[in-house]
Amino acid sequence: MIETRSNNILTQAVVADPPPLLSIKDLRVWFELRRWAFSRAGYVRAVDGVTFDLGYGEAIGVVGESGCGKSSLMKTILGLNIPTSGSVTFEGQEVARLDRKGLRWYRSNIGYVQQDPFGALAPFMNVQRILEEKLIVGGIQSPAERLERIRKVMGEVKLHPADDYLEKFPHMLSGGQQQRVVIARAMLLEPKLIVADEPVSMLDASVRVEILKLLRGLQESHNLSVIYITHDLSTVRYFSRRIFVMYAGQIVEKALVDDLLNNACHPYTQALLTGTSEPDAANARTFKEIPPGEPPSLVNPPAGCRFHPRCARAIAGLCDKEQPPETSPAEDHLVSCWLVQK
Amino acid sequence: MAETELLRIEDLMLHFRTSQGAVQAVDGVNFELATNRAVVVLGESGCGKSSLAKAILRLLPRNVSRYSGKVFLDGKEVMALNDEKFRKDVRWVGISMVPQAAMNSLNPVMRVGDQVSEPAMIHLGMKKKEALGLASKMFQHVGVPVDFLDRYAFELSGGMRQRVAIAMALVTSPRLILLDEPTSALDVLTQANIFNVLKQIKQNLGISYILITHDIATSSELADDVAVMYAGQIVEVCDAERFFQAPQHPYSRKLMASVPRLRGEQEPEFITGQPPSLLALPQGCRFAPRCPLRFDRCRQDPPVIKKDGRLVKCWKYA
Ligand SMILES: Nc1ncnc2c1ncn2[C@@H]1O[C@H](COP(=O)(O)OP(=O)(O)OP(=O)(O)O)[C@@H](O)[C@H]1O
Ligand SMILES: Nc1ncnc2c1ncn2[C@@H]1O[C@H](COP(=O)(O)OP(=O)(O)OP(=O)(O)O)[C@@H](O)[C@H]1O
Ligand SMILES: [Mg+2]
Ligand SMILES: [Mg+2]
Repeated sequence: MIETRSNNILTQAVVADPPPLLSIKDLRVWFELRRWAFSRAGYVRAVDGVTFDLGYGEAIGVVGESGCGKSSLMKTILGLNIPTSGSVTFEGQEVARLDRKGLRWYRSNIGYVQQDPFGALAPFMNVQRILEEKLIVGGIQSPAERLERIRKVMGEVKLHPADDYLEKFPHMLSGGQQQRVVIARAMLLEPKLIVADEPVSMLDASVRVEILKLLRGLQESHNLSVIYITHDLSTVRYFSRRIFVMYAGQIVEKALVDDLLNNACHPYTQALLTGTSEPDAANARTFKEIPPGEPPSLVNPPAGCRFHPRCARAIAGLCDKEQPPETSPAEDHLVSCWLVQK
Repeated sequence: MAETELLRIEDLMLHFRTSQGAVQAVDGVNFELATNRAVVVLGESGCGKSSLAKAILRLLPRNVSRYSGKVFLDGKEVMALNDEKFRKDVRWVGISMVPQAAMNSLNPVMRVGDQVSEPAMIHLGMKKKEALGLASKMFQHVGVPVDFLDRYAFELSGGMRQRVAIAMALVTSPRLILLDEPTSALDVLTQANIFNVLKQIKQNLGISYILITHDIATSSELADDVAVMYAGQIVEVCDAERFFQAPQHPYSRKLMASVPRLRGEQEPEFITGQPPSLLALPQGCRFAPRCPLRFDRCRQDPPVIKKDGRLVKCWKYA
């Protein structure tokens, strides 16, 4: 996987220059809080000013802790949430302006692999029904064509022979096999983009690698763009070209994988790297130096840099007052932190 | 080693009766643990890890078809104790447990301070006020602000709830805590924080742990020793130092090779096939059907080979 990855970086760097497949501009997704007895109405600022481009055939990883807004961002890209402000543009078309037909075109171009394979598959449908459903919604009329497509995709996700699986219900499959069905479903309409939201976090370690390799293989063979969302930094590097680190609704650092692993600039990214364990007996003899506290509320996020209350190096009067601008410490590397001056 | 033995388990069995036959979840487990050490029990989902914890603490479901073996705590055989004596002398006061998904099973209508003090009242016979005082001490040990005593579980983050569950296991001053997947649903930084807390407690209170997990990388945060479980049995026991350098059993090696690394260029590999059903176990070595190194002899049950203080259940080492 590693050799192919480095090959790919070269080819991708060439093709990533023309207009991007997906372009996100200053996207905000705020959820209104209902008025309860004790809480004032306000907004959950789940996504709060996110900007990035994704090239054709490019794989990126979005890393961040629970509740930082990863799924909200992805659901907005999928058209399931309406942006509060900002825009999502796919192949030059702004998604919020698409009519019904346009939306159908858009949705058939994006495959979604969600976190929990157990919840993603309807328990009362067998594999064939689950997959056919997607094709029917996608407008494939002919039953023969549907079955042919299903068999082809099942081969691609290594559920073969397909006949062993078509009749099975989700509960008869292992977690890894269920996730293959979810991936097959995402691939059926031959999308240009796959959004994988924690596709392996519910699976056993030994199966995780298998599924990640499968996704990686599909990405390369179909020249797919992929957004891979995870809280686990150690799996992203096998998967994506660039990594985005998300904290409290914002992307705080964007860099190429190796650059991020070796020259992380944001204190939060550095903390994630320190916090991630490698299997090493020496770990048991030391304590990890990690920031205290927890991510802030997205209803009343801290002023200035959202990480400043946990940051050992925060500069009083600056980090707690003004939001840091995005600076570029190296090529293809962007970071929002006052401590990093170009 | 010169350390004093705290726990020894001999040929522990726990089978469940089901309509399809007996599930051999714990099937002849042996290992020992010294005072103030932590052993990690590593294994894939469904291999019997939680069942092992339940067998040690005698927390049995109704459908048990076989429960046998010996468990020595401080040299005393506790399997022979009757249920009442076991409850009084062993559970909580000798060994306590942070069950799998503990942070989601706190009582929603009881203040967390009251929940943490309850075991002290029941098992140590403390009065409410004294127990609450103890609970607030435990909160300090696990790094939960003391004013959280009055809060309810839903008012706390996942990481804080997990700390509360650990405080609850600590409050009766047990010698040993069973930790069943204590951090698997938590974020990286929260995980790292919890492991810091567990290490601190081990240092300060001289406690021992059995850490049950499928997460090899984080298990090294606590492990003095590693026991690898496969299909209801322990297939390798080794000190952490040598284990993480070079595990011996072919299954352990495959497990190690499946870990994605943050640094270094080795590519993770997956293990082909699936673990066997605990209802229909293969004859001989249970890993043989997936083992790249299998040979004729693997059709017979492999012996446990003991060498240089390591145990490995594999014909290759015979
Ligand atoms: N429909 C909604 N209405 C109100 N609040 C929401 C809604 N969806 C998400 N949120 C809130 O937005 C914040 C971000 O949630 P999101 O699911 O995007 O996080 P995440 O990064 O995907 O977390 P996880 O890693 O736990 O999946 C959370 O505080 C969540 O409670
Ligand atoms: N009361 C029971 N009756 C029948 N089967 C059971 C019972 N409890 C557990 N099992 C089965 O025993 C096997 C071992 O379960 P156990 O919970 O010990 O696994 P585990 O290693 O802890 O898995 P995980 O990592 O998923 O928590 C599983 O196949 C499970 O379905
Ligand atoms: Mg999510
Ligand atoms: Mg378990």
